[in-house]
Amino acid sequence: MRAQPIFMTFKKSDVVNFVVLMTLAFIAIPMTVQTDYWYTSILIPWLCLSLAAIGQQIVMGYTGQLALGAAGFMAAGAFACFNLVLRVPDLPFVGALGLSGLIAAAFGILFGLPSLRVRGIYLMVATLASQFFIIWMIDKFGWFKNYDTSGIITTQDIVIFGKSMTTPMEMFFVLVVVVTVLTLLAMNMARGSTGRRWMAVRDMDIAAESMGISLLRTKLQAFAISAFYCGVAGALFAFTYLKSLEPVAFDIKLSFKILFMVILGGLGTINGAFIGAAFILLFPVVLNTIGNNVFHGSIDATIISATEQVVFGVLIIVFMIYEPLGMAKLWDSIKQRLFRKESASVDAPVNQAGVGK
Amino acid sequence: MTEFLFFIEVVVGGLLAGTMYSLVALGFVLIYKASSTFNFAQGAMVFFAVLAFVGLMELGLPFVVAFFATVFLMFLVGYCTERLVLKPLMNQSEDTMLMATIGLGFVLEGLAQAAWGVEVRRLDLGIGDFPIPWIADSTGLFISALDLTAGTVSIAMIIGLSVLFKYTKMGLGLRAVADDAGAASSIGIPLKSIMLMVWTTAGIVALIAGMMWGARAGVQFALVDLALKALPVLIIGGFSSIPGAIVGGLIIGATEKVLEVYIGPYFGGAIEGWAPYVLAIFFLLYRPEGLFGEKIIRRV
Repeated sequence: MRAQPIFMTFKKSDVVNFVVLMTLAFIAIPMTVQTDYWYTSILIPWLCLSLAAIGQQIVMGYTGQLALGAAGFMAAGAFACFNLVLRVPDLPFVGALGLSGLIAAAFGILFGLPSLRVRGIYLMVATLASQFFIIWMIDKFGWFKNYDTSGIITTQDIVIFGKSMTTPMEMFFVLVVVVTVLTLLAMNMARGSTGRRWMAVRDMDIAAESMGISLLRTKLQAFAISAFYCGVAGALFAFTYLKSLEPVAFDIKLSFKILFMVILGGLGTINGAFIGAAFILLFPVVLNTIGNNVFHGSIDATIISATEQVVFGVLIIVFMIYEPLGMAKLWDSIKQRLFRKESASVDAPVNQAGVGK
Repeated sequence: MTEFLFFIEVVVGGLLAGTMYSLVALGFVLIYKASSTFNFAQGAMVFFAVLAFVGLMELGLPFVVAFFATVFLMFLVGYCTERLVLKPLMNQSEDTMLMATIGLGFVLEGLAQAAWGVEVRRLDLGIGDFPIPWIADSTGLFISALDLTAGTVSIAMIIGLSVLFKYTKMGLGLRAVADDAGAASSIGIPLKSIMLMVWTTAGIVALIAGMMWGARAGVQFALVDLALKALPVLIIGGFSSIPGAIVGGLIIGATEKVLEVYIGPYFGGAIEGWAPYVLAIFFLLYRPEGLFGEKIIRRV
């Protein structure tokens, strides 16, 4: 097997993959997919949640910090974006999006502080504080909701270069652009020295520290960047998918969902975030369709949602036992077997679980 | 004077409510003590156990029969967990185990809902959630009978479990396994039956915790979130200490109520949702191993 190049350059296959994906996103999908259902119910939420999953991936898969508060940061980003568009005149949407990401990042640093002292399940509890605190804060202070009493606030239109993006396809394009830029950024960070530092801290923090990597800087940086991604994802989630803002949409269940995307998708891989998000999103849809078409509604909706839960749980256990590196690794293995091509990823975690030791 | 009495009432109410958290935390501690596994499914076990119990009661089984049938069910859950989850994952890292138990929690929640439905059920234990008259008359304190029962049950369980761990052969084996599973099994301690016993005990603890909470708030899905409330309790008390679970519960219960009553109104209330976690963070900063936990030593 040929070793990976030490100097990170883009291989030919990377460029080909990129071109293929972009053609798919900008030409093939708009040409073939005409129904709004696919955009509003599948493609748009998939891209938003993938972005959030990348955020979770950075802090958990790459830096090995067991965090469980992604939805809290998403809420922070969503409400920050709402308020920025509402209160700051002449601020372009992209600017508001970036700023709301930064605001979420500030929360990320604040709630990442405990990671300097604790790890594993202890850190999980500390990050749960962020989840509950942010949602409570938004709920209790009317200013964040612009003193709206109805509970559900409609988001503003996305205006880019003076044009309102209202149709699902236009929103999809906005999302593709944002997600592409941020994904490329994340990939480069993961490949470069930043990512190397994260992974060094993940694989053994004491060794990393003795080699001169500042734990303080690396961990807080990971939390900040992760929260930035979640914040942007939250804002997009609210503006393109939910089209309304309510703190309940960002509860602990969403945090768990994002956690599962990362675990099932594969810890420590960027494409794992996309695969995991697609799976978590599509699985209930598929199950519902089967329930409706095969059994013609003879099965109760409760049973279907309960089955969904059981299957999720079983899958997590099965993956933990047989393929702790998740679906991304599974995909790699299948590819390898099919094409007999070397495609082992350097980003894959060294230890079995990917996080902690 | 009445203000002071009110303060006492808040604290006592909080302390007793805290013992309910302790009951949930106790299940976590049992499994953590035996296998250094943080069992995220404990909340789901509480839900599963009490839902099965209520369901069996609705089928017309008498109280005692339903109780023991549920205990047997929890034994089965422990058996399957040991066989299908713990054994294949032996010698894996703690975090892997943690994620597997999250999966286990989902399975249990799903199974419980598939079997018994999602509607909120009432559970009547014959103990009212209202102030006890003679205490109210003699001291002027309003203390709920249910709270007092939960407190008594918790303390009885602590004593029972401590005795079990300290003086029985099973308990000795369990402590040996907790110390070094490999060494323990090499001298002939049956790892499998020890684990089975621990999970069954945790299941029984879950059932009792669920009965107490179910009597107060109804048997519903929200019980799962209780497990999350037990986390700060564990952080404060220490993950491996049974008395720690109680003390942690008491601290969380009392602080939560006092903060809610005296500071909450300035922030628009409902700070109960996050106050315990913030309290836990402060504890983490000063004493990461908890009040009664073993000192965390990491070797390179």
